[in-house]
Amino acid sequence: MLSKRIIPCLDVRDGRLTKGIKFKGNVDIGDPVEMAAFYYEQGADELVFYDITASSDARNIMIDVVRRVAATIFMPFSVGGGIRGVADMYDCLAAGAEKVSVNSAAVTNPRIIAEGARQFGSQCIVLGMDVLKVEATPQIPSGYEMVIHGGRKRMGIDALAWAKQAQDLGAGEICLNSIDADGTQTGYELTLTRLISSNVSIPVIASGGAGEPRHLVEVLTQGQADAALIASMTHYGHYTVAQIKDHLHRAGIPVRRYW
Amino acid sequence: MIAIIDYEAGNLTSVKRALDHLGAPCRISNDLEFIAGAERVIFPGVGAAGAAMASLKRLGLDRALKQALDQGKPVLGICLGTQIIFESSQEDAATCLGILPGQTVRFPLDHRDAAGHPLKVPHMGWNQVAWTRPHPVFAGLPPEAEFYFVHSYHPAPARAEDVVGWTEYGLRFAAAVARENLVAVQFHPEKSGRPGLTILGNFLAWDGKEGADAL
Repeated sequence: MLSKRIIPCLDVRDGRLTKGIKFKGNVDIGDPVEMAAFYYEQGADELVFYDITASSDARNIMIDVVRRVAATIFMPFSVGGGIRGVADMYDCLAAGAEKVSVNSAAVTNPRIIAEGARQFGSQCIVLGMDVLKVEATPQIPSGYEMVIHGGRKRMGIDALAWAKQAQDLGAGEICLNSIDADGTQTGYELTLTRLISSNVSIPVIASGGAGEPRHLVEVLTQGQADAALIASMTHYGHYTVAQIKDHLHRAGIPVRRYW
Repeated sequence: MIAIIDYEAGNLTSVKRALDHLGAPCRISNDLEFIAGAERVIFPGVGAAGAAMASLKRLGLDRALKQALDQGKPVLGICLGTQIIFESSQEDAATCLGILPGQTVRFPLDHRDAAGHPLKVPHMGWNQVAWTRPHPVFAGLPPEAEFYFVHSYHPAPARAEDVVGWTEYGLRFAAAVARENLVAVQFHPEKSGRPGLTILGNFLAWDGKEGADAL
């Protein structure tokens, strides 16, 4: 049976981790490569690196991080943030990322999904979606609207329609982030996750709101997610990935338990 | 020296990185002479069967691969490399290499588990393999080990005895096949953590023979 994936998300700025991740032990808490190795050993199923750098100089620093991570861990990881076209995708994939995640740039220019899928295969192209709950209108019938720039800009695009369109364009997976739940640690947006996941045939990674292991149980069952993104609940040492997996296993959810 | 056959089917550097990590000298190559001189051959690939077969033929790599097999060299197929070892693929209705009898077929369009819940295609993520018999390349793996898969098509070998590992995803499909000096897996050992590295390490030490005396 296919295991549900637990995927820590690491924000990187200028080649260093942000958020001052706290860990006990000998881990350099600012070094993405050491943190990747740490999560690999802890049983994470995949990693997401989110490059929150703006400048193109730092872009090359990120590519170097990707190269060093790829030489250290032997499992899939994706890179998102600032991917604007096929050239950016190529840089990340050639450096050793398994997948690239497109978000804002795809909303404004959906063609890059198709171009990336044609060039590298759908399995490489993750669509990142930032979604805001709104009142349902004829333009936004699902009541969920696409936003970009970290939620600051509403796009007037229905999230469900966009997810289906992106799948048709060749996205191989969706990473679905609820702007409302993000950072609250009070649980994933289950209604949104179920809505998207049950209406596309590609895997959906739920993101935003995880604070306790039971939140993952909820989103992987009621939310029908295929994978769950986590950040603060493990970054700050409240839980390990192994503890979360034990909890999921006891709840009857298939997870990878040997690594 | 190990040849990682480059037939323009996706990014092969992850395979090379895993071999580098294991300390095995290797090169990604489409050079027929280099492949002919290699001690063992890895036949990886991601992408679509039709384009892959066209590239293989154009570069003469189909013959190079068959030659390596005829010479008794250990050969490891991975993912698309495994799929096109069979006679044909439903993907692009491609005629494939025919090294093993059987087809590569797509997961059903409305794919469901036994309880009727819809299953996503591609089959993406970690899954277990039920091994049918001991094989030197798959030695030292606990039954609960999982491997990373990402595929929408899967091998359907004609001969049950070619299958060394089955995986369950709504249906049972061949995740690993073996015959003489050929082993081939649908999953990605280079991305499957420690169990994957165990398989690659076993392959590097393998003499291409199967059976009790090889174990």
